[in-house]
Amino acid sequence: MAQLIDEIFRDAFDNPLLDQGNDQAGFDVPAGRMVMSTDGYVISPLFFPGGDIGSLAVHGTVNDLAMAGARPLHLAASYIIEEGFPLADLQRIAIGMGNAARNAGVAIVTGDTKVVERGKGDGVFIVTTGIGRVPPGLDLSGDRARPGDRVILSGTIGDHGVAVMSTRNNLGFETQILSDSAALDGLVADMVGAAGPSLRLLRDPTRGGLASTLNEIALQSGVGFLIEENAIPVRAEVAAACELLGLDPLHVANEGKLVAVVAPEAAETLLAVMRAHPLGRDASLIGHVTRDEQRFVQMTTSFGGGRIVDWLMGEQLPRIC
Amino acid sequence: MKHIDEYRDGRLAQGIAATIAAEAIGGRQYQFMEFCGGHTHAISRYGIEDMLPANVQMVHGPGCPVCVLPMGRIDDAIKLALRPEVTLCTYADLMRVPATAGANLLKAKAAGADIRMVYSTLDAIRIAEAEPARQVVFFAIGFETTTPPTAIAIRMARTKRLANFSVFCNHVLTPPAMRAILGSPDAPAIRLDGLIGPAHVSTVTGTAPYVSLATEFLKPVVVAGFEPLDVVQAVLMLVRQVNQGRHEVENQYFRLVTEAGNLIAQAAMADIFEVRPSFEWRGLGELPVSALRLRDSYADLDAERRFSIATVRAADNPACECGDVLRGLKKPAECKLFGTLCSPETPMGSCMVSPEGACAAHWTYGRFRANASGVAQKAVA
Repeated sequence: MAQLIDEIFRDAFDNPLLDQGNDQAGFDVPAGRMVMSTDGYVISPLFFPGGDIGSLAVHGTVNDLAMAGARPLHLAASYIIEEGFPLADLQRIAIGMGNAARNAGVAIVTGDTKVVERGKGDGVFIVTTGIGRVPPGLDLSGDRARPGDRVILSGTIGDHGVAVMSTRNNLGFETQILSDSAALDGLVADMVGAAGPSLRLLRDPTRGGLASTLNEIALQSGVGFLIEENAIPVRAEVAAACELLGLDPLHVANEGKLVAVVAPEAAETLLAVMRAHPLGRDASLIGHVTRDEQRFVQMTTSFGGGRIVDWLMGEQLPRIC
Repeated sequence: MKHIDEYRDGRLAQGIAATIAAEAIGGRQYQFMEFCGGHTHAISRYGIEDMLPANVQMVHGPGCPVCVLPMGRIDDAIKLALRPEVTLCTYADLMRVPATAGANLLKAKAAGADIRMVYSTLDAIRIAEAEPARQVVFFAIGFETTTPPTAIAIRMARTKRLANFSVFCNHVLTPPAMRAILGSPDAPAIRLDGLIGPAHVSTVTGTAPYVSLATEFLKPVVVAGFEPLDVVQAVLMLVRQVNQGRHEVENQYFRLVTEAGNLIAQAAMADIFEVRPSFEWRGLGELPVSALRLRDSYADLDAERRFSIATVRAADNPACECGDVLRGLKKPAECKLFGTLCSPETPMGSCMVSPEGACAAHWTYGRFRANASGVAQKAVA
């Protein structure tokens, strides 16, 4: 059985470092600044419209590296598999994961699998760890937003959360919405090339949505935000699902979107470059950074009034990433 | 979204807001209460306060079903849920409502009580059918809007001869609460010029029940929908009534509300429920003929009788000013606990729990505005 599982992964991930069969992967380290990130993936269901836990485990970690402006180099993957989990499903997840890694230009160079007793897991949990290299001269960090900086969102919000929710049988609604799960390193490379040091920070609004991401940055940088509801792209189907379920799209998770904070003079150039990339086609300038000791994220509503955009309180949904 | 975007049109709103500003007489204060939490939420979420002139002010009313449920009844629900044979089915917003000594349903669930969150009364029926060994109790709360679905569930349980289903009934009635606000000794202090009448409640009751209130208390009532444009238009209609010295019931929500209301729903309610002589409302105290209970003919489906529930009145935290907030005497930010000990993460009072509660709405959407002392509320880190 162990050998069978091993073969599934070797076939799916297919790279020479993994094929060496050592307990570790060896590679030369490039000059300059490296970044490293790790994340655990426990999503339910394992397969959802537009992706599965395997592709998500690649995209999530690749994106965490890319938010430093880095080019992702290598991934490590750890699988915790529940006894009795169908091998066909495991193979499907592994193939999805291998393809996602190849598309993102990274290799899964080392890994581990553990099988736990039936009832001690929920199908499959995956942990991925990645390293990447930051281009020289680039310093992106959540504490670098300054009053007057512009805020650009790379596309529609809420697609992932609503796509996952639509598969939950107790909610009972059907949609055509696909998760936006995608690796953003290509888009980021174009953005870094265009805006370089004018970029202050990047962040992907996953759990807690755009609202939580902006509040995190506000706290880290000691600033406020003023955003325009009208400028935030939301698909009509996502807006409708949120309306029905009483959710705010600003709180719904994304897995293929980013928020960029950029010096005002570089905003237009950056926006144009983002829109030229397939993953930034719907990019939009959604607001700016304000001086605010209270660190409030404020929004001009499409109706014309003002309100706060608050953190997501508690869990809107369990296990969506 | 069709049939929604039309009622959220910012340009139309600006036009109506400009008309309000032009027609509101300078030097005169206009103070209107929106009765329903749905309106409170819309006002906060869309920033409607920013669009009204300074002399037109909104006062939040008690129309949030979670907020007016007295603590003693939550205590009852927790006791019920902790019985080993009971599965308590509840709407999700009740889970965090504070009960006596910091208890709530969420903590009871963590302590092992079988509490299930449901979206519909029919979910509770399905659970009762699927698990015949469990005593399934539906924790029924709400105004006239949520009462008909409870009535339907009770009818279904009777038809299906479900012996393991019952309802813990906490349904309350809107007109007596409006009467309590308008007729209370506090009324001169609140100095209301008019009311925005309920939206969804009125689809069931119709506008007729408000006529006697408008004529008796000489206050205009405009029944309005929950979309922001509905609210802005209702404010304009109220300003006009005040300016013209009228005190009528007007129906802004005529796309759904009629004068007589939903007769089928009313008949279902009348068949199953009767009016209690008196019921405690959080913040408003005991109000006569203000709540419903199951008729004797449905006694077998009444959880209060099946489990011999005798509600003990529980005192609210003395520092919590939900009572004054629910009566419109205080704004949320004027409560000492607001944003300090009491926030949506750790609610002390019921107004901070439901998104429709005045305190939760102000905290979530409006706390950047200056409070009474001119200082915006700080987040508790």
